[in-house]
Amino acid sequence: MTNWNKTITYTILIICGISMIVPFLWMATTALKSQKEINKGNVGFIPYEEYTAYTRDGVEKRIKVVVAGADSSVVNIFNDAGKIVSAYRKVPNELISEKKKLVFHFENFTEAFNKVPFARYFLNTIIVSTLVVFGVIVTGSLAAYAFARMQFKGREFLFYLFISMMMVPQPVYLIPSYILMHHLGWLDTYNALIIPWIANIFTIFLLRQQFKTIPQELFDAAAIDGCSRFGILWKIVLPLSKSVIVTSAIFGFIGSWNSFMWPLVMIDSPQLRVLQVGLSYFSQEASAQTTLLMAASTFSILPLLILFVIAQKQIIASFASTGLKG
Amino acid sequence: MWREKKRDMKNKKKDFGPYLYLLPAAVIIFTFRLIPIVLSFIVSFFDWSITGVGGFIALENYGRLMHDAEFWQSMLNTFYLVIFVVPIGLLLALFFANLLNSIEKLKGFFRSIYFIPTVTSMVAISIVWKIMFNQQTGLFNYLLGKIGVNPLGWLAESRGIFDLLLSSAGVDYTAFVTSISGWMHMSYNASYMILAGPSLALFSIIMLTIWKGLGYNTIIYLAGLQNIPSVYYEAAEIDGAGRAKQFFKITLPLISPTTYYVLMMTTITTFQVFSQIYLMTGPPIGGPLGTTKVIVYYLYDKGFGEAGDLSYASAIALVLFAIILILTMVQKRMEKRVHY
Repeated sequence: MTNWNKTITYTILIICGISMIVPFLWMATTALKSQKEINKGNVGFIPYEEYTAYTRDGVEKRIKVVVAGADSSVVNIFNDAGKIVSAYRKVPNELISEKKKLVFHFENFTEAFNKVPFARYFLNTIIVSTLVVFGVIVTGSLAAYAFARMQFKGREFLFYLFISMMMVPQPVYLIPSYILMHHLGWLDTYNALIIPWIANIFTIFLLRQQFKTIPQELFDAAAIDGCSRFGILWKIVLPLSKSVIVTSAIFGFIGSWNSFMWPLVMIDSPQLRVLQVGLSYFSQEASAQTTLLMAASTFSILPLLILFVIAQKQIIASFASTGLKG
Repeated sequence: MWREKKRDMKNKKKDFGPYLYLLPAAVIIFTFRLIPIVLSFIVSFFDWSITGVGGFIALENYGRLMHDAEFWQSMLNTFYLVIFVVPIGLLLALFFANLLNSIEKLKGFFRSIYFIPTVTSMVAISIVWKIMFNQQTGLFNYLLGKIGVNPLGWLAESRGIFDLLLSSAGVDYTAFVTSISGWMHMSYNASYMILAGPSLALFSIIMLTIWKGLGYNTIIYLAGLQNIPSVYYEAAEIDGAGRAKQFFKITLPLISPTTYYVLMMTTITTFQVFSQIYLMTGPPIGGPLGTTKVIVYYLYDKGFGEAGDLSYASAIALVLFAIILILTMVQKRMEKRVHY
């Protein structure tokens, strides 16, 4: 590749890379602004504050011009807490100036976090996601072990039945699932969020592919040594499949953490809301408070973002492996 | 040894072991996947609500669908979404995957950057983009203002993008649509909806959807590209084939399985778009004049909104299912024909 080509390639990648992160950057900087500044029209990337200052002997005070004159103006002078310390004072215009100052309103985060019970939403989401991931791995390994390593009647049929059900999109079975949950009495309970999701066809598929690659000799050797069927799974198959298990766990966790339509439909009580649903309701309640919405969005995506930064190689490899089928 | 054999024989006769291993997964999948799927057919044929089952109404729901203008509008909107998101998303992903494949330094870094939107939740992203699209305090109009372009209505704009483009170029779009609608014997509104393209509101959602999916598609393409043996390119180089020729004669044909996979996945997921519509333009309306109401949003609104008509919503779901099934089958057939 020539140097010229290289320059163009990197330029395009950098420009588009910026467009990929600009929404996140803008989200974070907007979260640090004050709503007043936004309403005034400061919608750029820098959270600054504009104010009129009165400077005398090197001491700067915030003021508000009440009557502007040619040489001097009548102003109100404020202290740092925003209280008027001197009202209707006449000051010379050359001591008045428009100032800009960087101000980070970190309190937006705590305000958003406490405005609705986000701590509760986080806890709910962590409980649901953890149990789902755990369930998916347990049921998935057992079923995949049977599919990959055992002979039994109806194996192929069952496997293809599973695979074909995987293709059915969620909106299709959402309504009957809702009816089913109603009859089980599970609507508005954690059961509805956890139990239907503790078995995942895609995980079974992934694990089966992996289990099939383990050489038969290992199984024979273990069987001769008197290892039981479950012992082989526990002591040989699973340790050899760590990376696929991690992949399944990543998919399970991200999927469960980000799922929205299902919990939106199944859960009614505010105290049972998971993060995505809570965030969605918050966006309706606080729709005019841009800074709070941005703060809430920021801390909602932060856990997965941190997870991604820590395990980016593994996560990207996991997602990439979904495309290399057959 | 002998005892082993005997146990084996016994196992062969009556070995419930495999079923025991399958049981937990099978119980969950049959109860919460198979039964609902089967039920969805049944529900759509009955007058079913959450309080109980009414009478058998056969195909009445489907008959209603045929004459439901809102349904057809949501079909058209979904169709717009798919025909914009899928090709543009695929081309961009292929383009970036090639760029990433051609560099060595910072490859992993760029890959991670492009991938960030994929792991973040659609809910948070929709909230952020909704504010970015805000007419007064949004980022897009702010940036447009910097380059001297008038602010746009974005999510509040019901006019079609072709209308907006041609009108700003000085074309009398109303007259154009009027003449076409007269010629086609269609109402003005119906012809406008088709001729003007997706509304700017829907187009805003199209942009977001492409942006969100770009990272995943790029990663898949990149994996596909890395699977092409470099000997092909070396041979082509010796034969004097240029970069463009190499791309069209080697890369494109050999990447076609990946293309089919990405095409299928993107199409299926785009048909199911819901969160961004719900969060950015609903509830209850589904965008300005319903121009962002897509099929899954309509289904949700009918089933869980004020109407609470679960059986009608089920009928809509089955239409969606049929479309996805047909598309999958068509793509599978095409894939078989063009397999390398």
